[in-house]
Amino acid sequence: MNLEELNATATNERLAQAKKNHHLHVCVGTACQALNSEQIAKALQTALRQQGRNGEAEVKCVGCPGLCSLGPLVEVASRVNGGPTQPANESPADANHRTAVLYQFVKPEDAEEIIAHLGGEPVKRLETPLDQPFFTRQTKVVLENCGKVDPERIEDYIAVGGYQALLKVLTEMTPQQVIDEITRSGLRGRGGAGFPTGLKWGTVAKADPNRYPTNVPEGIQSRKFVICNGDEGDPGAFMDRSVMEGDPHRILEGMAIAAYAVGANHGFIYVRAEYPLAVKRLRTAIRQAQRAGLLGNAIGGTAFSFNVEIRLGAGAFVCGEETALMASIEGGRGTPRPRPPFPAESGLWGCPTLINNVETLANVPPIILKGAEWFAGIGTEKSKGTKVFALTGQVKNTGLIEVPMGISLREIVFDIGGGIPDGKEFKAVQTGGPSGGCIPAQFLDMPVDYESLAKVGSIMGSGGMIVMDDSTDMIEVARFFMEFCMDESCGKCIPCRAGTVQMHRILTKIQEGKATTRDLQILEGLCDLVKHTSLCGLGQSAPNPVISTLRYFRDEYLSKVKPG
Amino acid sequence: MDKLKFASVWMGGCSGCHMSFLDLDEWLFDLAEAVEVVYSPVADIKTFPQHVDVTLVEGAIANQDHLELIQTIRKNSKLVVSFGDCAVTGNVTAMRNPLDGAEVVLDRAYKDAQLLRPQVPHDDGIVPPLVDHVVPVHAVIPVDLYIPGCPPPAKRIRAVLQALVEGKSPEMIGREMLKFG
Amino acid sequence: MPRTLTINGQEVSAGNEQTILEAARDANIRIPTLCHLDGLTDVGACRMCLVEVVGSNKLLPACTTRVQEGMEVHTDTERLRAYRRQIIELLFAERNHVCAVCVANGHCELQNLGIAVGMDHVRYDYLFPRLGVDLSHERFGMDHNRCILCTRCVRACDQLEGAHTIDVLGRGARSLIVRDMNVPWGESTTCTSCGKCVMACPTGALFKQGSTVAEMVHDVEKLAFLRAARERKVWNV
Repeated sequence: MNLEELNATATNERLAQAKKNHHLHVCVGTACQALNSEQIAKALQTALRQQGRNGEAEVKCVGCPGLCSLGPLVEVASRVNGGPTQPANESPADANHRTAVLYQFVKPEDAEEIIAHLGGEPVKRLETPLDQPFFTRQTKVVLENCGKVDPERIEDYIAVGGYQALLKVLTEMTPQQVIDEITRSGLRGRGGAGFPTGLKWGTVAKADPNRYPTNVPEGIQSRKFVICNGDEGDPGAFMDRSVMEGDPHRILEGMAIAAYAVGANHGFIYVRAEYPLAVKRLRTAIRQAQRAGLLGNAIGGTAFSFNVEIRLGAGAFVCGEETALMASIEGGRGTPRPRPPFPAESGLWGCPTLINNVETLANVPPIILKGAEWFAGIGTEKSKGTKVFALTGQVKNTGLIEVPMGISLREIVFDIGGGIPDGKEFKAVQTGGPSGGCIPAQFLDMPVDYESLAKVGSIMGSGGMIVMDDSTDMIEVARFFMEFCMDESCGKCIPCRAGTVQMHRILTKIQEGKATTRDLQILEGLCDLVKHTSLCGLGQSAPNPVISTLRYFRDEYLSKVKPG
Repeated sequence: MDKLKFASVWMGGCSGCHMSFLDLDEWLFDLAEAVEVVYSPVADIKTFPQHVDVTLVEGAIANQDHLELIQTIRKNSKLVVSFGDCAVTGNVTAMRNPLDGAEVVLDRAYKDAQLLRPQVPHDDGIVPPLVDHVVPVHAVIPVDLYIPGCPPPAKRIRAVLQALVEGKSPEMIGREMLKFG
Repeated sequence: MPRTLTINGQEVSAGNEQTILEAARDANIRIPTLCHLDGLTDVGACRMCLVEVVGSNKLLPACTTRVQEGMEVHTDTERLRAYRRQIIELLFAERNHVCAVCVANGHCELQNLGIAVGMDHVRYDYLFPRLGVDLSHERFGMDHNRCILCTRCVRACDQLEGAHTIDVLGRGARSLIVRDMNVPWGESTTCTSCGKCVMACPTGALFKQGSTVAEMVHDVEKLAFLRAARERKVWNV
């Protein structure tokens, strides 16, 4: 499919959709599905038929709109006064022409009523406002299609501008120009480390594929590779899952652009096997894109070929670490290896490899289409763009949010999040999962960006954000994350393998009231050892929750240890 | 200098460390000049005294009596020395720990292996109950000095005691002083 | 092209493909190691050989880090000594290392390192895991209680014998050295009984049956000899 055909497909799809006055968007992300959202979609379709309103309305299954605590969610976008319909989550540009209603806690039994109210007053008992801060304070870039497009229809993706960026890149830009655009945008890796993406792309592009010995399996032509890291292992994190489930084509497009920029022709998406819906949606998307000539050989009629394979994880958090991930793709045990050499120079099968997180890649198409300056205009000086967070814990509105870098924690927790329920007080927010730290109330007004989070002893991480109220036992938080790291340690290096076990043991002793001040000293010594001598990021960041809670909640520790 | 008040005990050990101590041979005479033995398995003293300067503790903490005695030792001694691998690491005495409990060990020794009247010895106040997990001495009390070895060679013991008697801190460096086993 | 670097203040000349460990050895500077074995590839796993390099905020493993021109390396600072002692103590606490009754007593790299780091006791709780002993092979034995998961046996079997009989099962502290698909050693169909794994083992985990306490001496140099001999094609077969 070349640009002309792409545009034609887009137009046709938009016209077809515009024929209906009402679009009912039913979230079929994993969480809403667990609450029967697929049955809701079917029930709505049945009700449409029975009430004879098939001609004016259609049901569309979509990805996660974000307000998970109110799911299952159904959004009804209706045209008024002959204007086009517009899905929600964008500030309505012209209130006269479109309205949108968001229904919460929907059950299949509500279908008839919802259909009956189309075009009239909304069903009051199900309605939740779309102009609440949860929606109005977000800035959607990565998630702009989630909740709007049907993840299982490439035409829908094309209709909102999908694959325009890829064809633009292939026909109008050189690889170096693409790298420059990404570099100028200031995009940083969203998997947690925050490494400048353009710099990484540039390194892979420049890398000599013959510098290190390689052993690429027969049948794979490429001498460089692109890997999308979809192993999202942090407890409480579901940002990548939602993008993979809700907008899989976006990831493919980002990967293809990256591959063009660095000179790779083969790519892998490594998805944890615990995300079967994401795997299914990605597989479908790959098939559809290949059939449309937007993936595979001679993309868009150009000389560029890019093939993508999915590889499944097998239940190891450590395989989210890039060198362990590559070992896993190669068929070996998922254990990391020392760097240098870095994957950009010697990665998969010894070849220069670009490995990026799902969210990082999802930022690429809009940067290409709207320009580096647009992206750099969002966020702060050193942290450009937006960040997707999985906001969970003791907060009213739990779910998926996307905010500009630099927004304050207070705004996230109290405006978007709706504050702490049950009359409790805010105590801390934990970011970065098992690699991160707990941030106490005194920092509520700090900006959320890479540097500021590091300064208070936490990290941006992949996007997990857990709110804690005053009933939370902070030592238990540290112990929980240490148990996770201990269980997930690959076992290769001694500090992590043996150190996490001993740290967990001491934290358990503290909780049982059996620990002494000497145990606390030993714990702190272990934090230092494991942080500075572990082989990979898992071990190096495993002590962070302990270090962070010792820093801000030391009195809780002291109250539980005996002298000695 | 006043004579050092010197004590030694053996807990969950084989007394091999004490045998090695006796291997000090003629230096024992010199030692006798410098210390006053106030408690020892080789002396007929019933209660652990107060104001002890140096106590050598052989053996791991393996039963209830050890648990109690070690507290007394710590309270009454200036310097507590873990003497030998059992005291320092648990060693052979602790090899029953992976079996997770004293019962299985007692059953094996006294029931499975017995032909006549298989029963686990039990007499409150006379036979101290075994602890479920044997631990080195420093797991229960703070220890001031460690002499590894199984047993520590006599030369090593002499080097340590000589330093203590001279009021110095023994230098635990190198294979001579630190080799376990 | 040779490179010049300083190690502990001493100027050292090194080949451009040499690691810091190799360059140090050539200059008679000893850096402690455990998972390294001449003749096998390095994995940088034990972290004993970590060194401080001026300009890097991370400690680097000497065994896998190539020398750079002008590098300033420190191998024996107080900080490094403290870390090495902690690592050895963690190992002793992790499994059941009872020197007094071990076949490798007196000829054990773990024991030697314990002495070298000045370990007179272990500050951590001993974990006393329940682990087995595999005596199913007619000539050799494997005692998991003494294993430190250095993977030298894995690499020796893979790289020097070519059989790759041995690998690691599971992960983390629950990892186990296994043969084939976790079968008793005596039932392995790929093991050639060459004994290289026994030679490669730094502790008493792998041993010749019939050895009693302190009798097991591993012939480590033989492995390096075999590798060198193969590389130079000494035996024309």
